[in-house]
Amino acid sequence: MVWYIVRRFLQLIPVFLGATLLVYFLVFSLPGDATAAICGERGCTPAVVAGLREQYNLDQPFWIQYLLYLKGVLTFDLGTNFSGRPIATIIAEVFPTTAKLAIMALVIEAVFGIVFGLIAGLRKGRIFDSSVLVLSLIVIAVPIFVLGFLMQFLIGVKLQWTNPTVSGDATITELLLPAVVLGLVSFAYVLRLTRTSIIENVNADYVRTATAKGLSRRRVVVVHVLRNSLIPVVTFLGADLGALMGGAIVTEGIFNVNGVGNTLYRAVLNGDGPMVVSIVTFLILIFCLANLLVDLLYAWLDPRIRYA
Amino acid sequence: MSTQVIGGTGDTGADLPASQGPVLEVRNLSVDFGVDKKWVPAAIDLNYEVKAGEVLAIVGESGSGKSASSMSLLGLLPSNSRVTGEVLLNGKSVLTMSPARLRQIRGNDVAVIFQEPMTALNPVYTVGFQIVETLRLHNEISPDEAKQRALRLLQMVELPDPDKAFRSYPHQLSGGQRQRAMIAQSLSCDPKLLIADEPTTALDVTVQAEILDLMRNLRTQLNSAIVLITHDMGVVADLADRIAVMRQGRIVETGTAEQIFRNPQHEYTRALLAAVPHLGQGDGKDDVDVTAALAAATHTDLQTVDHDELERREQNVLAQLADAEHEVASHGTPGVAPVLELIDVAIEYPKQGRVPAFRAVEGANLTVYPGQVIGLVGESGSGKTTIGRAAVGLLPVAAGSLKVVGTDVSGFRPSSKELAKVRRHVGMVFQDPSSSLNPRLPIGESIGEPMYLAGEAKGGELQKRIEALLDQVELPRAYRNRYPHELSGGQKQRVGIARALSLKPKLMVADEPTSALDVSVQAKVLELFQNLQRELGFACLFVTHDLAVVDVLADYICVMRRGRIVEQGSRDQILRSPQDPYTQRLLAAVPLPDPEKQRERRELRAKLLTVSD
Repeated sequence: MVWYIVRRFLQLIPVFLGATLLVYFLVFSLPGDATAAICGERGCTPAVVAGLREQYNLDQPFWIQYLLYLKGVLTFDLGTNFSGRPIATIIAEVFPTTAKLAIMALVIEAVFGIVFGLIAGLRKGRIFDSSVLVLSLIVIAVPIFVLGFLMQFLIGVKLQWTNPTVSGDATITELLLPAVVLGLVSFAYVLRLTRTSIIENVNADYVRTATAKGLSRRRVVVVHVLRNSLIPVVTFLGADLGALMGGAIVTEGIFNVNGVGNTLYRAVLNGDGPMVVSIVTFLILIFCLANLLVDLLYAWLDPRIRYA
Repeated sequence: MSTQVIGGTGDTGADLPASQGPVLEVRNLSVDFGVDKKWVPAAIDLNYEVKAGEVLAIVGESGSGKSASSMSLLGLLPSNSRVTGEVLLNGKSVLTMSPARLRQIRGNDVAVIFQEPMTALNPVYTVGFQIVETLRLHNEISPDEAKQRALRLLQMVELPDPDKAFRSYPHQLSGGQRQRAMIAQSLSCDPKLLIADEPTTALDVTVQAEILDLMRNLRTQLNSAIVLITHDMGVVADLADRIAVMRQGRIVETGTAEQIFRNPQHEYTRALLAAVPHLGQGDGKDDVDVTAALAAATHTDLQTVDHDELERREQNVLAQLADAEHEVASHGTPGVAPVLELIDVAIEYPKQGRVPAFRAVEGANLTVYPGQVIGLVGESGSGKTTIGRAAVGLLPVAAGSLKVVGTDVSGFRPSSKELAKVRRHVGMVFQDPSSSLNPRLPIGESIGEPMYLAGEAKGGELQKRIEALLDQVELPRAYRNRYPHELSGGQKQRVGIARALSLKPKLMVADEPTSALDVSVQAKVLELFQNLQRELGFACLFVTHDLAVVDVLADYICVMRRGRIVEQGSRDQILRSPQDPYTQRLLAAVPLPDPEKQRERRELRAKLLTVSD
């Protein structure tokens, strides 16, 4: 087991190298001069441009630039972005907000998705099941920005239950609405996955055995059916955790959340190469770790899966 | 309060009255399933009763309603079912009980042993957890006490290491151990009634014999009433006191075991008994007295049989063996080239990722001549299927030489053209007809595909050949446009045979072709197979775990164990004079569909086991 975890961490190395190389190459190939973004509309004197080029190694060939960047990462120095702020500081500033938002969204989609899916699966074909299915289909079909603006308008502006936008502090109550919007689509998927899985498992032989032992319906469902049914759901939630941690550009945009998504979006617009590469690399690492977490959870849920 | 043996009883009110009334009385029980808004009957008007310490076997083929009616006793049927009639457990009506009362009875007064312990035990909990769960549900005891009792139960069902079994998950145990764990769980609250639904069907014969021994011992120890549901007449003969034969939802005949086996009244019972292939019966001409053969080979004396009588029988068996060998010798060995020849062959499952290669067969020597039927027998994991698959080139040969129709295939790559050429001479029939036919192809296309791919026939010619093949396997020609799901299991396997025959193979590999079928269907498919083999004269490697089936078909038998061939010889040599201890144990473990003969067989088996220990 320990070996397995160590191996998984070793696997991060090629993933890290490949991903940074790819992203670095993409940013490098972007058309236009990177210094133009720093200088803005009015432009800089040629001397300043040359200075900037030297500062950000833009005068070097691609491989040298990349290796210099790697060296920086390995010495825990991500460098500065084009506005001169240390990139590490910026990530440390925005990531907690995104993490908070992601975890809230994940909890919301997991709890509601599993509970609703469980009830729908146990009452297959009845009115609750059918209406929940139709609702989830609507949620999946409607684009997220429509849902986002709609809920912002209804709950934030009309009813005024919460602030329509999130302040710099990003408190839990402020994040609740964006978290619901963010979790809504995945909630529909979790619900459907859970429902299918429950329907599959509820007729399994071991469920009949559990009933034949004299267990109450409640215990049969919670102890025997649910744990077996959660295995595919956990896979989905794990992948989703990685995606959520990457920040939601649309949702963060709508609610003005100062998170990773928003920051990345701005960096891309500004052609801020170092910033983009650093954030993407960071996200890749987070994604890999989330995946590892899921695989370990998997083994805990299903003892037939053993890693060596 | 009833007597406490191991598990202890919870006080549920359904206690045994002092009188010796039946534990279970079933009156006019009917079960219907709602299908497409109509009630389809599964069991009609059943009446039976079971006393304490008595084993009632309910026998029937699939779809006879034997399982559905038994599950209805505890309300274990799916919600689209309807149960009418009366079920009395110690005089109390079960069907009218409140759900809460019913739960108190389940697992406590009535316990169930299910067919497939792999799926019937929850895969994500340890065996210990599941037994403790039952114990603590019906008894007010501490976790420690429950654990102690669970360990004692696991010991009682003769698990070699109860502590380890307690901590194990179901997939970490072997099939037999799993079934023991399942039985331990069922016995945890000293049930007054035990429903055993095909308890040994998923198990190997030697393991089956052990489980049957265990159940027989438990019945005397616990004095429970047992309802045994099975399709296997050998199991019935081994365990049952009384028998109810079911067909299409009705009980067609009931009686004591002696009555049913000695003097069956209903024609269906007679047909059912006739369809059961039993070891030693061969193709009906000469019945081999396997018990006597085993006694002779191992120099064992039996209490159940008179000494002189046994000696006479033994001599009879050996005399017939001499005759048979004489006959073979006069025929002489055929001077033709073998169609399949294995010389010192080892077969490996190649390594996959970090899973190392697994050597499934080692040092196998085997020769199949044209027209010969060779039965390859062994229990699960013995490597019998592996040899069959290697003969068709589905698995690479790791060492030694494997010749198919004169060509050595051991060096060929799995997708090479040479191998494809050799495969044309070999047909294969697979175990499960439902999953080995493409569900989206009409059966005519499935049958014709090999000929089309080999460029043997096209267009009208191909259609004619398909029709001829359908005729050969006795299916209507009109079936060519049907899809597999529209056919019954037996019909599907006929399609499988037709497909295997389509290229007129010199060698046929049949991998357990009848193990998924009911006995009466199996009998018909085997008969068809035999006729085709005689008519077309192909050689056949028949892989099976069922000795009785091999006995019907094979001229030559090859016994495998743990990847090695332990004994091979003509049918007469193996059945009349088995030499290897494993062959002897295997033969002794096959139950005979005859209570009296089975008693002899059982004693013999017990003796063999004590000797080999």
